[in-house]
Amino acid sequence: MKHLKLMSIVLSAFFISCNDDDVKAVNEEEVITTVVVTLTGGGEVITLTSRDLDGDGPGLPVVTPSGPLTANTTYTGSIGFFNELESPVDNITLEVEEEGTEHQVFYQALPASLGTFTYADTDANGKPIGLLFELITADAQSGQLVVTLRHDLNKSGSGVATGDITNAGGSTDAQVTYPIAIE
Amino acid sequence: MQSTLFLWMCVLFCILTSAQYRIDGTVTDESGKTLSGAHIHVLSVHAFSQADGSFTAQNLPAGQQRFYVTHDLCKPLDTTLTVPANGLVKFILKPSEHRLESVTVRSGRQEFSATVKEDKLKSSTLEKYSSASLGDALREIAGVTALKTGSTVVKPVINGLYGIRVPVITSGIRLEDQQWGAEHAPNTDVNAAGSVSVIKGASALQYGGDAIGGMVIIEPVSSTRDTIFGKSILTLNSNGRGGAFTTSLHRGNFCDWAWNVSASGKYMGDREAPDYVLSNTGNREANFYADAKYIGKNADLKFSYSLYSATLGILRAAHTGNVNDLYNSINNQVPSVVDDFTYATDNPRQKVMHHVIQADYLRRISDKSSLQIRYAFQLNNRKEFDLRRADFKDVPALDLQLITHTATADYKIKADATNLKTGIVLSAQSNFANPDTGVMPLIPTYTRLDGGWYGVASRNLADGSTLEGGIRYDISKMDARKFYLKSRWTERGYDEQFSHFIVGESGNQWETNPIFTFHNVSASAGWTKNFINGWEVFANLNMAARNPGPSELFSDGLHHSTGIIELGDLSLEREVGFKFNATVQKQWEAVTVSVNPYLNRINGFMYLAPTGFETTTRGAFPVWEYRQTDARLWGIDVKATANLFDVWQYQFLAAYLNGLNVVSNEPLIDMPPFNLSQRILFKKPQWNGFTAELRSEFTARQSRYPDNNFETNIVQGDQLVPVLVDISSPPASFHLMHLQAQMEFTGFGAGQLTVGVAVHNIFDTSYREYLNRQRFFADEPGRNVQLQLKLTY
Repeated sequence: MKHLKLMSIVLSAFFISCNDDDVKAVNEEEVITTVVVTLTGGGEVITLTSRDLDGDGPGLPVVTPSGPLTANTTYTGSIGFFNELESPVDNITLEVEEEGTEHQVFYQALPASLGTFTYADTDANGKPIGLLFELITADAQSGQLVVTLRHDLNKSGSGVATGDITNAGGSTDAQVTYPIAIE
Repeated sequence: MQSTLFLWMCVLFCILTSAQYRIDGTVTDESGKTLSGAHIHVLSVHAFSQADGSFTAQNLPAGQQRFYVTHDLCKPLDTTLTVPANGLVKFILKPSEHRLESVTVRSGRQEFSATVKEDKLKSSTLEKYSSASLGDALREIAGVTALKTGSTVVKPVINGLYGIRVPVITSGIRLEDQQWGAEHAPNTDVNAAGSVSVIKGASALQYGGDAIGGMVIIEPVSSTRDTIFGKSILTLNSNGRGGAFTTSLHRGNFCDWAWNVSASGKYMGDREAPDYVLSNTGNREANFYADAKYIGKNADLKFSYSLYSATLGILRAAHTGNVNDLYNSINNQVPSVVDDFTYATDNPRQKVMHHVIQADYLRRISDKSSLQIRYAFQLNNRKEFDLRRADFKDVPALDLQLITHTATADYKIKADATNLKTGIVLSAQSNFANPDTGVMPLIPTYTRLDGGWYGVASRNLADGSTLEGGIRYDISKMDARKFYLKSRWTERGYDEQFSHFIVGESGNQWETNPIFTFHNVSASAGWTKNFINGWEVFANLNMAARNPGPSELFSDGLHHSTGIIELGDLSLEREVGFKFNATVQKQWEAVTVSVNPYLNRINGFMYLAPTGFETTTRGAFPVWEYRQTDARLWGIDVKATANLFDVWQYQFLAAYLNGLNVVSNEPLIDMPPFNLSQRILFKKPQWNGFTAELRSEFTARQSRYPDNNFETNIVQGDQLVPVLVDISSPPASFHLMHLQAQMEFTGFGAGQLTVGVAVHNIFDTSYREYLNRQRFFADEPGRNVQLQLKLTY
C-alpha cells in the first residue's frame, strides 16, 4: 500500500502545478486567544479578560477588568482558556483539565500584599492544577496579577504545589498580566 | 546462466574442419585489431597469441571445455567451446577497466574545477563516521565546521557560511531537501557516499552559481574493475547506547554491467553529557541505495534510487515558551528537563524522508568529447512534531512536501591544451505546506521553475600553468501561496508595496500570491601552477549570486527551538558574493604544508537580526527579522602533514575566520571561532595493519560577536524586575582529546576483518559550542567509547 501511495505521488508529481484546492487558510487550532479569570465574592462577580485575536501576530492582548475588587473579601475563583478563532469557540480549559498532571496555573500578585491565592482543585496525582482557586484580598490598594499556564512542568518541584513558580520549569502556554484595583 | 548465454553472444564462431584435439584461432579487440600476447588457458594448456593475433592450443581432450582468455589491455573472457572445434576460433576481447578509467578521468569527472584545490574525504575517513552524520565527517577538513542543533542535526559550515549558501550535490544533482533553517541537516546518508569533496567557493559553476559559501559534492561508490566486492560495518557507541550497521555490495564492469547496492540503519538512544542525560536526543535512520549501469562501447546508462529516512529527537529542554522561559534556561545552566535514559524519541522531534530516482546517460562522442544527460526526481518530506496539547500530539506542527524534477545536459570537449564545458540545467519544484497541521506554516506552498546555462573553459599553458574562466546565467521564477494575518501584513508595511499580491481573504487573514522572478549572472576565474620544486599555487576569483530563500521571504512565526519570532521580508533582494581564494602548497620529502587564505565580500548579505518584542497571550517574545547588509569575511585555513621514520605521521589543521557587518561595523553573528586540530598517527602495517592515532581538538572562545542581548521583566520576589537575557555571549574555549586504534585480520576466505576502537572526548570534558543552537540549554555529549567491526569481502 505504501508503495502504491508513493507511486501515485511520483506519477502525480509529473504534472507539477500549484493546486489551488489544497491551499487553504490555517486556523491556529491550538492558540489561546483569551484568558478569563472569574472571581465571585462579596455578592458580585468580577471578570478579568485578556483577548488577543491575532494569536502569535503583532497585535497586543487587550486586557479588561470588569471592575474593582473589594478589600478583605474571600473570592471563589476560576480561570478559563479559549480559542476564539475557532467556531464554535474552543474551550481549551477542558484540555488543560484532562491533562491536569502536565499543567498548572500560577497566580502571582504584584505586590504580594494584594492578597492570598490558594488552589482549590487537584489532578489525578493529588497535585493542584489551578483552574479553581480561592483569593482573599487584603486592604485597598492597586497592583497587577500575573497568571501563567505552564505545560510539562515539574509538579514535584519545591514550592510548586503551593503556587511558587520558581522551580516549576516546563514551557509557558499562556502568560497574561491584569491590572488590579482593590477598593 | 543468462550471463553465460550473453557471453556466447559476445563470441563469433567460424566453423571449419580442423585437426583433432587442437584449436586454432585469433584474438582481436572489438574493432577487429589483432591482439598479441593474449593468454589462452584451457585446463592445463596455455597458449599465447602471436603478433598477428593467431594462436594454437594443442593436446586438448574432446568435449565442452572452458576457455579463459586474458590480455593486459582487455577485460578477461570466460567462455566454453566444443573441442574439437570445426574451424578457426575467433576471440573478441572488450576494452578493460584501465582504458575506461582513463576515459572517465579524461572527461574530468573527478575534477570539478581545474584551478581549485578541492578537499576530499577518503572512504576510510567516512567509515569512521558511519554512525554519525555527513556534517560530522566534514569537520575533518580545515575551514569546515558545523552548525548544530543538538548532536544529531549537523549542517556543514564552509568558511563561516552554511545552509542555502552551501549546496550539497549528490551524483551531479543538487540535493533539494529543505535546507531552510538552522535545524535542518542535509538529507543524505554518509554511508552511501563513495567520496565527499568540498569546494570552498562558487568555482564549480556546472552545479550552480549561488554557492556563496562553497559546495559539498558527494559521489557514489563507482568501480570500473571487473570484480565484486563489499563491506559491512557495525559500529557500537557507549554514548547513546546504540550504533549503526551498514552493508554494501559493488559489482564492477562485468559483461557491460555494473551495479552497487547498499543499506544502512542507525539506532541511538539519549546522548549523555558528563553531568546529565540529554533527554530526547535519540535518533533512528534507515537508508538504502542501489544503482545499475550499462557500460556500452560509446555510451553508459545508469539508473539509481536512494532513500534517506530519519527520526531525530530534539532535546526536550530546548523547547521554550516565552522570554521568561528562555531567561530561566540560559541562567540555570542545567537543562530544565532531565529524565532517565531512554531509547524513545518523543516530541519535539523531526521525521524526514528523501527519495531520489535518477537516470544518467553518458555518451562518449569521441576520445575528446562527451555528453552527459541526467534526470532526477526528488521527493522530500519533512514533519516536525512539537510539544502540543491533547489531540495534537501526533499531528506534526510542520508538514512540508517538496518535489523536484531536475534535468541537466553537460557537454565536454578537449582540444589540445583547451578544455571546454558547457551545459544547461532545468528544474521544476513544488512545495506543499500541509494546512492540516493547525499551525500556520513557516514555509508556504509554492512552485518554482529554474533554468541555467553555463560555460567553462580551461587552458593548459606552456609554462605548466592552467587558466580557467567560466560564466553562468540563471533564471528563477517562484509562485507562492501564503496566508498572512492581516495584522502582520500591515505591521510588515506590505499594504502599499505588495497589495497586488492579495488574491482573497479568509477571516483575519489575507490570501496572497507572491510571484518573484530573478535573473542572475555568476562567474569564476582561476589560475593554477605546478612548480618543479614542489610548490603548487591555486588562485580563484568568483562571483556568486543567490536569491532570497523561502524562509527569508516568508517566515512569520514563532520558533520554539529558539524561543523567537522570526519574520521574513518580501522586499529582500538578491545577495551577491565576491570571493578570492588562494591555496599555496609546498611539498618537501616528508612534509606537506598547504595554506589557504580567502576574502569574501558579500553585498546584500541576508541575516537575522533582533528588532524588538511582541507580546501575545503566551507572553513576550523577542522578534528577529531578516535584514540585508554588506558583509566581509576573511580567513585562513592551514593544513600540514609530516611523516617521520615511516611509522609516525603528524597532522595539523587550523582555521581562523573574521566576519564583519560592514554597514554597522559589528562582527557577524555565528562565525566559527578559531580552531586547531592536531593528530599523531602511528602506523605499523606489519602488526596486522595496526594504526593508532591521538587527536587533540582545541576551539577558542569566539571573541568577535554582535551584542544582541536584551532586557525583559520577570517577577522576582513580589515585583517585576528588568533582567538581561544574554543570548550573545559565546561559550568558553575547550580542548578535547580523542583516541582511535585499529587492526586488520585475514583468514575469512578472501575477506578481511578490521577491528577499530575509539574513545571520543577521553577526559569526559563538559563544554558548549558557539555554533550549537542548543548551547543555551545543555552541554555537548560527554565521553563516547566506540567499537567498530568492518568486514570487507
